[in-house]
Amino acid sequence: MTADRPDHQRIVITGVGLTAPNGNSLSEFRQALLAGRSGVTAYETRYFGPTLAGVCHFDELRYQKRKEVRRGTRAGSIGIYCAREAVADSGIDWGNVDRSKVGIYIGVTEHGNVETENEIFLLKGYDYDTQFWSHHHNPRTVANNPAGEVSLNLRITGPHYTLGAACAAGNAGIIQGAQMLRLGDCDLALCGGVSESIHTFGIFASFHSQGALAKHEDPTKASRPFDLDRNGIVVAEGGCIFTLERLTDAQARGAKIYGEVAGYAMNSDATDFVLPDPTRQAECMRLALDRAGMQPEQIGIVSTHATGTSSGDTQECEALRAVWGSNDGQPTLFNNTKSFIGHAMGAAGALELAGNLPSFDDCVCHPTINLDRLDPQCELPGLVVNQPREGVQVDAILNNSFGMLGINSAVIVRKM
Amino acid sequence: MTAAEIRDAILDILHDIAPDEDLSNLKDEVPFREQLELDSMDFLDIVMELRKRYRIQIPEEEYTELSSMSSTVRYLEPRMKGI
Repeated sequence: MTADRPDHQRIVITGVGLTAPNGNSLSEFRQALLAGRSGVTAYETRYFGPTLAGVCHFDELRYQKRKEVRRGTRAGSIGIYCAREAVADSGIDWGNVDRSKVGIYIGVTEHGNVETENEIFLLKGYDYDTQFWSHHHNPRTVANNPAGEVSLNLRITGPHYTLGAACAAGNAGIIQGAQMLRLGDCDLALCGGVSESIHTFGIFASFHSQGALAKHEDPTKASRPFDLDRNGIVVAEGGCIFTLERLTDAQARGAKIYGEVAGYAMNSDATDFVLPDPTRQAECMRLALDRAGMQPEQIGIVSTHATGTSSGDTQECEALRAVWGSNDGQPTLFNNTKSFIGHAMGAAGALELAGNLPSFDDCVCHPTINLDRLDPQCELPGLVVNQPREGVQVDAILNNSFGMLGINSAVIVRKM
Repeated sequence: MTAAEIRDAILDILHDIAPDEDLSNLKDEVPFREQLELDSMDFLDIVMELRKRYRIQIPEEEYTELSSMSSTVRYLEPRMKGI
């Protein structure tokens, strides 16, 4: 349990860098969440045609040359932007940081599909003659690319890799960072998740074939978890990277501390390729609580994973009720950030946690929006609907992120 | 293509693969690498773009002919005569 750990084994968040469809910094993102501002827009992609997506608008050239953008990948650019912003936000004296003791751990749902689809599209113009296949394809599509581009950009010589963890990847990145700090593999972890999936047609077409792609005449209302009229996922791009440090290191340099990674857990359903299992989801949350030495009622906000699919939302709510009960008197609040930005895939877990972190200080819980007709199967006591809940004391956040192939994760961050 | 047209074609390719560089003062006799930030992947880009745009095939052992603008134009002139 975290409460029993010595301070040099306690891990804290000291910096946040992000890009979301409705904000390119934590302050912009938070303002949008409190103002009920969606980032979902009309979007068109090759072959699939008009659809909806959460699209990011950060300035790639803030931290990269045009040649680097051309040579690299969108996921790499997202990672670089978020990592640079996180380092700046942490206030660490970067010029004097031992780069061999910095670790980069970035969660991805998938990587390489964008570049492969692009190459095949271009190759069609050459009648599929593979001598026109780009020599950039391999360095762009190796699975470590998004983390590797961060390493190149920031001249970090410590370990870098990505974690393929479907839509639990953002949490997986944070967990890996915390573990590597505890093991002494690094002194500073840059960790979280990124997603560039909106630049593939495949993800839209596949969700559509699965009957799980959202549509709505008003893009801002398409992502509607827990609502009776929900009809699927809005795919979004995004990224969020945290700087994690050991508590003793953070205190020694007088760092601003957002919160402590107090507990976490990952487990597997082992039941189905796509359908979730609420029993294992509940086990995952209980395990994270146990490791944090906390009871469910000590969690101020549960940041739910729900994506707006018919079965996924009800299954998560079943798991949440199994842990928190159905009692109206229980104090924990529940919200959902995908209702604003869509599903940012590998970035979702990290972004959704980041969006909630300011609640420790501003005492506001942002809501789940677009909830006009609550699905009775999604009833949760404490669900914050459409309007922010103000004046709430939040001492801990539990952040859920689940993914295909039955991968579950929960991260608990405690106020310091 | 004339030598001048080939030079323009190479400049177009360089604009694409080295978009941060100022090519207005490029010295034709000086190796590209001494005046531009180009690495081996960039030279492969030049080879690939010549293949894509003009169907010119350059054998690997002749890549060194592309070291400067003047050597590149000299090398390509007979190969792009009919283009």
